[in-house]
Amino acid sequence: MDAFWIILTGALVAICCSLLGCFLILRRMAMVGDAISHAVLPGIVLAFLFSGSREVWTMLIGAALLGVACTFLIEFFHKKANVQADASIGVTFTWLFALGIILISVFAGKVDLDQDCVLYGEIAYVPLDIWLTENGTNLGPRTVWIIGGVLVVLLTFIGLFFKQLYLTSFDPAFAAAIGLSTTLWYYLLMGAVSLTTVAAFESVGAILVVALMVGPPATAYLLTDDLKKMLLISAGAGIIASAAGFYLALWLNGSVAGAISAIIGVQFLLAFIFSPTHGLVSRRQKLAPLSPSL
Amino acid sequence: MNTLWEFLSMSDANVRFVTIGSILLAASSAVVGCFTVLRKRALVGDAVAHAVLPGVCLAFILTGEKNPLILLFGSFLTGWLSLIIIDAITANSRIKEDTAIGLVLSVFFGIGILLLTSIQHSGNENQSGLDKFLFGSAAALVGQDLITFGAVAVLLLVSVVLLYKEFKLISFDMAYARTIGLPVRGLELLLTTLTVLAVVVGIQSVGVVLMSAMLITPAAAARFWTDRLGFMVVIAAVMSAFCGAAGAFVSFTAPAMPTGPWIVMLLSLLAIFSFILAPKKGLLARYLLQRRMRNQMTRENILKTLFLLGETKEDYAHSYSRQQIMERRQLPLLRMKDGLKSLCRKHLIKKNATGWALTEAGKKEAQRVVRLHRLWELYLTEYLQVASDHVHEDAESIEHVLTPELEKRLEELLNYPTSDPHQTTIPQQP
Repeated sequence: MDAFWIILTGALVAICCSLLGCFLILRRMAMVGDAISHAVLPGIVLAFLFSGSREVWTMLIGAALLGVACTFLIEFFHKKANVQADASIGVTFTWLFALGIILISVFAGKVDLDQDCVLYGEIAYVPLDIWLTENGTNLGPRTVWIIGGVLVVLLTFIGLFFKQLYLTSFDPAFAAAIGLSTTLWYYLLMGAVSLTTVAAFESVGAILVVALMVGPPATAYLLTDDLKKMLLISAGAGIIASAAGFYLALWLNGSVAGAISAIIGVQFLLAFIFSPTHGLVSRRQKLAPLSPSL
Repeated sequence: MNTLWEFLSMSDANVRFVTIGSILLAASSAVVGCFTVLRKRALVGDAVAHAVLPGVCLAFILTGEKNPLILLFGSFLTGWLSLIIIDAITANSRIKEDTAIGLVLSVFFGIGILLLTSIQHSGNENQSGLDKFLFGSAAALVGQDLITFGAVAVLLLVSVVLLYKEFKLISFDMAYARTIGLPVRGLELLLTTLTVLAVVVGIQSVGVVLMSAMLITPAAAARFWTDRLGFMVVIAAVMSAFCGAAGAFVSFTAPAMPTGPWIVMLLSLLAIFSFILAPKKGLLARYLLQRRMRNQMTRENILKTLFLLGETKEDYAHSYSRQQIMERRQLPLLRMKDGLKSLCRKHLIKKNATGWALTEAGKKEAQRVVRLHRLWELYLTEYLQVASDHVHEDAESIEHVLTPELEKRLEELLNYPTSDPHQTTIPQQP
C-alpha cells in the first residue's frame, strides 16, 4: 500500500510539473523554473512564522507570493536595471535562498524545517502523514490530496486557457497584436509554477521539481512537434519515471527523489540518441547520403 | 567595538581559518566569475555546483575513504563532465541551452542524492561529513582546508594574470580571437577548468546552491561600476573579499549564523545597491539623465513656440498667455508649468501681466533651435530626397541633440542657406 501511495504522489507531481515545464522550455525559461523552486524558501519560512504551524494554505500562499516576487525581481533587474538576463536569474534566486536559510537559522527554535528537506525532500514519508476525518475515516495521505488539488487547478487552467498560453509562448508579438496581455499570462504561468513547487516541495524537494519540469518536456520536445502531443508525452514520461524511480530507489536503498531524477536522465538520453525525428542516429542517417555527393 | 577588535586581531586560530578561507574563496571565485558572466554563461556555474555531488559520492564508493584530494578529484571530474554534456546537448539537438543546463543540473544532482543516501543507509560509519558538500560549512574550516584554498586561489589568480589578454579576447570577441590564431578551443577549455576548480573548492564552504552566487553576484555588481575588464575583475574581487570577511564576522558574533548564506546575503545587497545607485549605469543615474533630457526638450519647445508666435507678427518681445502657447503647441500642463518656471529663472523669458515674453537671451536660444530644425529639414530634402511634407517630425526630435560642430558642417554642406523647404527664413547665427 505504501508503494502505491508513493508512486501515486510521484506521478501526480510529475504530471503537474511536466505540463508546466512544456510551456517553460518553449519560452526558454527552464532556469526561471529552477530559480523559483529555490526562491520559495523564504516564503515558506515566513508563512511558518506567521501562522505558527504547517498550515497548508498559508504555506501555499506565502510561497506562491515569493515565487511571483522572484520572477518580478528577475524581470526588474533585467529590463529596468539592464542586468544581463542570466546573471539576473542567478543573483535573484541565490539571494532569496540565502535569505531563507538565514531566516531558518534565526528562528531555528520556532521553524520545523531544514535545508535538506527543501532541496531533496523525502517522498518515502508521504504515507506516514495520513488525513483522518473527525469520525476517524482514513482518507489516505494528506500530500496526495494537496497535490491532487493542485493538479485539478492546473488542468482547469491549461484546459480553459490553452489557446492563450499557446499563443503567448510561441508568438508573443502576434498574441499582443490580437490583444492578449503577455505580461498577465507570464505572471499567471509563474504563479502556477510557484504553486506547484510549494505543493511538491515538502514531499519531493526542489531538485526533483526542477528535474520533472525540465526533463520530461525536453524528452517530449525531441519526440514531437505538436504542443498537445508534447504535453501528453511529457506527462506520460513523468509517470513512468516516478514508478521506475521508486523501484530503483528500493533496490539501491536510496532517495526516491534522486532515483526519479536519474530515470529522467536516462529517458532523455534515449530520446536524444534514438528519437525518430530529432535523435542523434536519425540526424546522422539524414546527413549520411548527402556526404558522398559533396 | 570590542568584538570587532577581537575579530580583527584574529587571535583565535579558528576565526583565523574561517576568515582567511572565506576571503580566499570569495575573491578567487569572483575573479573567475567575471569571465563566466561576460561570456553569458553565468548559470553554467550553477550546473557545475550541482554536478559535483555524484563525483564526491562515486569517489567515496570506489575508495571507501574520505581522502580530501580524491574527493576533490572525483567532484572535479563530474563537474567537468556536466559542462561537456551541456555543450554536447546544445550542439547536437534542438534543445536550448537553458533547458540543457536545467536538465543536467537536476539529473546529476539527483544521481548524487541517490548515491549519497544509498551510502548513508549502507551503514559505513566512515561516511559522515560527506553531506558537507551539500550545504557547506565555512565554520568547520581547518588549517588543512586553508592550504587547499590558498593553493587553488593562487593557481586561479596566476592563470588569469598570465592569460589575461587571451581570456579577455575570447570573452569579448571570439571571432577576432580565432582570426589572429589563438587556440580558442583550448582557452575555452582552460577557462572552463578554472571555473570548475573554483566551484569544487568553494562548495565546501558555502554549499551547492549558493556557490553560483559566489561566481555571478560580484561580477554582475562590478559590471555596473566600470567598462574596463581589469577594473571589473579587481572590483569584483575586493567586494567579494570584503563580504567574505564580513560573513565570517557575522558568524563570529552570532555562532548560530551560517557563514556562507551571510556572505551571499551581503554580496547580493551590495549588488542590488550597485544596480540602483552606481554612477552612469545605475537605475537612478539613468532615470535622472532621462528626466534632465526631457526637461531640456520641454524648455526648448516652449522657447521655440514663443519664437514661432512672434515670427508671424515679427514682434518677438510680445507676450503670450499660457492659453495662446498651448494653442500653438500642445504640451502636458504640469511639465509646461515647470518649464516656464525654470526658463524664468534662467532669464530666458520674463513674466508680465499678459503672460510670458522672450528676453533677448531667450530669443537667441530660440533662434538656435529653430535654425537647427530648419537646417535639418533642408538637409533631409536636399540630400536624402525626403518629401518636404515628411521632414517636420524627424526635425522635431533631432533639433534637441545636434551639436554646434554638426550645425557648422550642415551649414557648409548646404552652402549657407537662407530659407528652408517650406520657404520660411532660416534665422542666421547672431
